[in-house]
Amino acid sequence: MPDKGLGQLGDGLLLCAVVVYALAMLGYAAEQASSGARRRVTSVRAASSVLVGSGPPVTVPAETVTVQAPSRAGRAAFVLTCAGWIVHLTSIVLRGFAAHRVPWGNMYEFSSAAAFVAVTAFLGMVVRGRIDRALGAFVMLPVVLYLGLASSLLYTAAGPLVPALNSYWIKIHVAAAILASGSFLLSGVVALLYLLRSRFDVRPTARFPVSLGRQLPTAAALDRMSYTIIAFAFPVWTFAIIAGAIWAESAWGRYWGWDPKETWSFITWVLYAGYLHARATAGWKGRKAAWVAVAAAGALVVDYYVVNIFVVGLHSYA
Amino acid sequence: MTEVDEATRLTTQPAPVQQPRRGDPFGPLRLGWRQLTSMRTALLLLFLLALAAVPGGFLPQSKINPIRVSEYVRDHGALGRLMQRVGLFDVFTSVWFSAIYLLLFVSLVGCLVPRTRLHLRALRSRPPKVPKTLKRLPVSDGWTTERPVDAVLDDARGALRGWRVERRGSELSAEKGYLRETGNLVFHVSLVLLLIGVALNAFYGFKGTVLVTEGKGFSNTLAFYDNVQPGRRFNPASLVPFTVGLKSFHATYADDGKALTFDADIDWSRAGGATKPYDLQVNHPLVINGAKTYLIGHGYAPHIVFRDVDGTIIDDSPVPCLPQDAQFLSTCVIKEASTKGKQFGFRGVFTPTTVTDASRRVGSSFPGLRLPALTLVGFTGDLGVDGGTPQSVYSLDTTSMKAVDGGQAHALRPGQTWKLPGGGSLTYVDTRQWATFQVTQDPSRRVMLIAAIGIVGGLLLSLFVRRRRVWVRAGDSQDGPTTVEVGGLSRTDPERFASEFADLVSSMRGEQRA
Ligand code: HEM
Repeated sequence: MPDKGLGQLGDGLLLCAVVVYALAMLGYAAEQASSGARRRVTSVRAASSVLVGSGPPVTVPAETVTVQAPSRAGRAAFVLTCAGWIVHLTSIVLRGFAAHRVPWGNMYEFSSAAAFVAVTAFLGMVVRGRIDRALGAFVMLPVVLYLGLASSLLYTAAGPLVPALNSYWIKIHVAAAILASGSFLLSGVVALLYLLRSRFDVRPTARFPVSLGRQLPTAAALDRMSYTIIAFAFPVWTFAIIAGAIWAESAWGRYWGWDPKETWSFITWVLYAGYLHARATAGWKGRKAAWVAVAAAGALVVDYYVVNIFVVGLHSYA
Repeated sequence: MTEVDEATRLTTQPAPVQQPRRGDPFGPLRLGWRQLTSMRTALLLLFLLALAAVPGGFLPQSKINPIRVSEYVRDHGALGRLMQRVGLFDVFTSVWFSAIYLLLFVSLVGCLVPRTRLHLRALRSRPPKVPKTLKRLPVSDGWTTERPVDAVLDDARGALRGWRVERRGSELSAEKGYLRETGNLVFHVSLVLLLIGVALNAFYGFKGTVLVTEGKGFSNTLAFYDNVQPGRRFNPASLVPFTVGLKSFHATYADDGKALTFDADIDWSRAGGATKPYDLQVNHPLVINGAKTYLIGHGYAPHIVFRDVDGTIIDDSPVPCLPQDAQFLSTCVIKEASTKGKQFGFRGVFTPTTVTDASRRVGSSFPGLRLPALTLVGFTGDLGVDGGTPQSVYSLDTTSMKAVDGGQAHALRPGQTWKLPGGGSLTYVDTRQWATFQVTQDPSRRVMLIAAIGIVGGLLLSLFVRRRRVWVRAGDSQDGPTTVEVGGLSRTDPERFASEFADLVSSMRGEQRA
């Protein structure tokens, strides 16, 4: 039987994590605002910094980067994010113990876990120097909204699973789906920021929200980040779909039946395949590809919210 | 193509569409083919495919939910009928959806064949010649040394362990990461394989469902199934011979009515073989020689006894009722056609845990059997079953019948009997359960598994293996020091390649100092 007290503790901790994330978001925003107002140091980083030897000048396109003054608000925000991450992790683990199963059995838990993946990916990429801390505000905003929505609208008390979900494939399929969708959400944010920044590059005098582009990493860097995340998430998503098909075969007796959930997963998959082709095709690089990434993330959100809540199908268990 | 272009083309992606030569009689055809197999067309078709699937994700589909489709069409009048005509409720079997994915796959095959040829050639060929100007490459370096050319090139070879290296005179060409394109091809070929699997199942597969009440069973032959979906070329002789009997069905529920477990306790045997027991559960189908039997539904079947006017029992059987909501309020139809006098029909609901609201409507508040009741309205007259038109056992046509007791509903609890006016009676004895089974024979399973592995494996290779080239040129000046030039190229992840290149260079130079 589910453990009520433990479950409630987990729910409470999730709310704490949301509050801490929200504070972190404010910190990042303060950092952005102050660095934008005071000093913007623009420097040219040449790729020769990574080369040794006294060779001829290097021809890697030099990049203009904005070096931000390390701000106290920004550092505090990062520490808060880490703290929120730990609280968030604890809440997920408690859920699992409370319900005696993997903590991703309904939409509430799924949302929490996907947001956790997005925060983890963000923190990991900051630590490895693959993403700019300055993006924190833009990452935390959707995470906070997402979790807020999860703990209010989608709330489900910890409990056992319906028989159709009672299979080890849920561990595999849903874990992969969470990993991929958390990453896709992050890449969607980065792709939007890319659009903002590349617009800003063309019209530096434009007003809000394009003016936000000033504080962002270069368009090329954002483009690369979003590609890196998608290149990681796409095989995981592919695997999640295949695992889902195998599970459907054992639970419902067919691999694929164009159930609304399956259909939207398919649409999402095709759009990301389109993104990868777009990047490989001249004339489709850059903004067009970024729009595809944004549309694909949109399809993911439809897959997730609209289908689970409004469309009747085999997956409407949550 | 210039020499540099040739060497630095690190992909087997087909070249952009070229105009055909003038005077070529097949010119337009050739051009059309090239257009179709171009990357840009593939991209367009991919987007079209996603777009075409969208109505299937929002609108009810008749394969899944025919009732909601007909409601939708009824509620939307002419628009609904138009939508139905253009296939918006059958998106995935519609002409336009099929046309898009077939074109996409034609394009894919047209793209794969030349790419595979190119890649096979690349696998066998030597890394391309050193470009004239190494400085023009994305990363390059150079130095001078006292060591002779041969020693310099040997050192370079040592640093390039694991690469495919080719020496031409005083130059080295090296390449690595061929698996990227191999993976890409495996991935795309596996997509074709997946489609072949789907087609195999559509032609030779079989799916049948059957409702079985406790104590009864079925054989895997067409006659037993309530509903069959055979493939277009399906041969009934290929049905695996076996029989299944349902001994009992158990469901357990949490206090809030959420289902916890379903178990169908069955006996099964191959034709002429011994009988074996099996506990059939939702995620554990029974597999017999490739035929899989699934538990896909369940419900209640109140066991009734019907006595004719003279008291003889003419019906003694469970009546499967169809569940309508999560608490298993179920609709039931009973037909008594072999009476001596007028025929009888009954229509009503079965409620496993019966509650009655203020307006005396019956409902069910829990899916388990806590307070079962069978609430029926009776009709008498002509059931219309002898007219030749086939009737569903789940519907009652009362056009030539008259309501019994003025249409008043009678609620029966187990063991209770409804004495009909004018003789005869209906007894609700006890409650049995039924389960629906689905039997699937899918000849594509192995192909699908291979395709799935190829898709994931190929993707991983094609996204994470980096293909790159490095060139070394040792300048052979007569008596002065040797000048060394190194250059490199990678399509993906330039930052990682730059640091890898830096390591290579320092290793080439470090060894020479030793
Ligand atoms: C069923 C439709 C298709 C799907 C789902 C699909 C999917 C993909 C995916 C996911 C990738 C990414 C792998 C990577 O970046 O290396 C890819 C790459 C690629 N696809 Fe497709 N593809 C399809 C059809 C086609 C067609 C028709 C062509 C030929 C015109 C094609 C040519 C390519 C090429 C050349 C690449 C490698 C891009 C590069 O990195 O240079 N694909 N495809």
